[in-house]
Amino acid sequence: MIPAIVVFIYLGIVLYIGIFAFRRAKSRHAAEDYFLASRSLGPFVFLLSLFGTNMTAFAILGSSGHAFSNGIVTFGLMASSSGLVIPLTIFLIGTRIWALGKKHGFMTPVQMFRDRWECGHIGTVIFSVQAVLLVPYIIIGIMGGGTTLNAISGGFVPYWFGGAIVAMVVMSYVFFGGMRGTAWVNTFQTILFLLFGAIAVVVIGRGMGGFRSAIEALASSPATSALLTRERISPYYFFSYTFIPLSAIAFPHIAIFCLTARRMNQFKKTVIFYPLCILAIWLPCVFLGVVANNARDIPAIQDKIVARRVLAQEGKAMTPEQRDETRERAAGDDVLLQLLQRYAPLWLAGILGAGIMAAVMASDSQILALSTMFTEDVFAYYGGKRRFGERTQVQTGRIFVILLTLFAYAVALRAPETIFELAIQYAFSGYAALSPLLVAALFWRGSTKWGALASTVWTIFAVVMVAIYQEIVPAPAPGQTTVSWAIGTTELLARTPGGTAVFGFMPVVPMVIVSALLMILFSWLTTKPGRETLDRYFPAQQKRVESGEAIAA
Amino acid sequence: MKNRTRLLLVAAVAVLYVLHQDFWFWRVARPFVFGFIPIGLFYQAVFSVAASLLMWLLVKYAWPAHLEEEVEQQHETETGDDAL
Repeated sequence: MIPAIVVFIYLGIVLYIGIFAFRRAKSRHAAEDYFLASRSLGPFVFLLSLFGTNMTAFAILGSSGHAFSNGIVTFGLMASSSGLVIPLTIFLIGTRIWALGKKHGFMTPVQMFRDRWECGHIGTVIFSVQAVLLVPYIIIGIMGGGTTLNAISGGFVPYWFGGAIVAMVVMSYVFFGGMRGTAWVNTFQTILFLLFGAIAVVVIGRGMGGFRSAIEALASSPATSALLTRERISPYYFFSYTFIPLSAIAFPHIAIFCLTARRMNQFKKTVIFYPLCILAIWLPCVFLGVVANNARDIPAIQDKIVARRVLAQEGKAMTPEQRDETRERAAGDDVLLQLLQRYAPLWLAGILGAGIMAAVMASDSQILALSTMFTEDVFAYYGGKRRFGERTQVQTGRIFVILLTLFAYAVALRAPETIFELAIQYAFSGYAALSPLLVAALFWRGSTKWGALASTVWTIFAVVMVAIYQEIVPAPAPGQTTVSWAIGTTELLARTPGGTAVFGFMPVVPMVIVSALLMILFSWLTTKPGRETLDRYFPAQQKRVESGEAIAA
Repeated sequence: MKNRTRLLLVAAVAVLYVLHQDFWFWRVARPFVFGFIPIGLFYQAVFSVAASLLMWLLVKYAWPAHLEEEVEQQHETETGDDAL
């Protein structure tokens, strides 16, 4: 119970930070202050809160759970590829979004798209797709909150109640503090979970009697030696994962967050330190997830290992329902919490549990982003701001925060998927497929609204098709694939234990490539935006054109 | 930024992207670095440090300073217009 009390104290601190931010607000009824903290965040808060915004339950619980089942490959799949791709996109795209926001007063990506491509309702379509894809990400936070509080309290706090507490706390500080409160809370949380990794490794390592013997034991057992290599993962699958981090900059909460920096120089530290922050969080989580396979004195973990073995040996003969049930028993989302409970002193387990809660609660930015998008891209765009004023706009945003959180909570109670699968299959792949929109808007004069519409419609179509396919064709047993479509020996479409394979790649690869091709094709075929608009977005090219014309004259 | 510098930086990004696919450690766990970190995991950790160094190079040699200058120019123009 002591760890749960420590976590509750932590939740109280977080709540206080949000309300303190409310008191510090420059104007409680100005949209730019509530939604963007008046574009005034300094370098320290900008770095830590941008990073914290990207780290969710998925980063800590999902990564250790995935590593528990799949081994060290988890780090290369998600962490190190993100360490290269995400800062690169912040460097190339984030800085440009910031500059355009400052110049034209944009508060959401859709506002920029509408202006850049001279469109109205197509912007609304993009908003709708972004919103639909963002909701699962918010659900992850609430699910993670329920799982964490349940495990930390030793089952005393039920899953539904834990999720409700987390939802209430997040909703409250987003409601009161807006972007400023969210950024401060994220900064505090990031500091906590940066400390978490190092402390967890030392404490659990000591508890287990050192890692050398654990790793040697894993290496010498035929059942676990593959966890220390990548032999179970195909190179195509590994390569596919490098497309997933393209989603980061396309997530509206990240793009909107890029608008909050006071100066562009504040991106410099973020770009440089981002890979190191990822290293500091993911390496301990992945390593501990792998080592958990040797925690023979923890019955809950042993049950998972037994379920995994049953799935591997008898999975082929099981019904899809039995397979799903066994897979759920084998899932490792709570292995890190189990390790902490077994090896850390009670008070320390509480502090470390708070560190996990910090990551779990990163859904605050997504809730605020959706609220910002709704009030700016729908309410204000369709005349609400003009008719009812800015004060009503901010109040609408706050009411939206409440409704959205309640909806996400209701879904979280019913969703059966593991945290990791839910995040990857829907939100990440979809947003990665939307990334060509940003690239085209910022770097290609020739892109058009019809190209943007084609990419957006394709994205939602592909996400829905993958979801339907995975619903119709049940997941096979580990190590097996169900081939649905093949030409000769080439497998075009197959159901794998973890999802879907297209030509052996994860669906995200064809989704991104086709999205980019549709943007190019439809833009070539349709009319470009007016010269005046293009000159505002590409002033350097405009100058070159003008100087060329002057020379010719 | 000179074209040569730009080319070198683009090449560095491409090389690092390729180095992420470290098929040479695909099926080996040993040696264990510091006695307990499998070599494949250690490689990817070093890769993350290399990514940070590359980002430092990009910030130092390819920072898009013109974007902020454009914003400041516009701000000055607007301030000037307001003053008039």
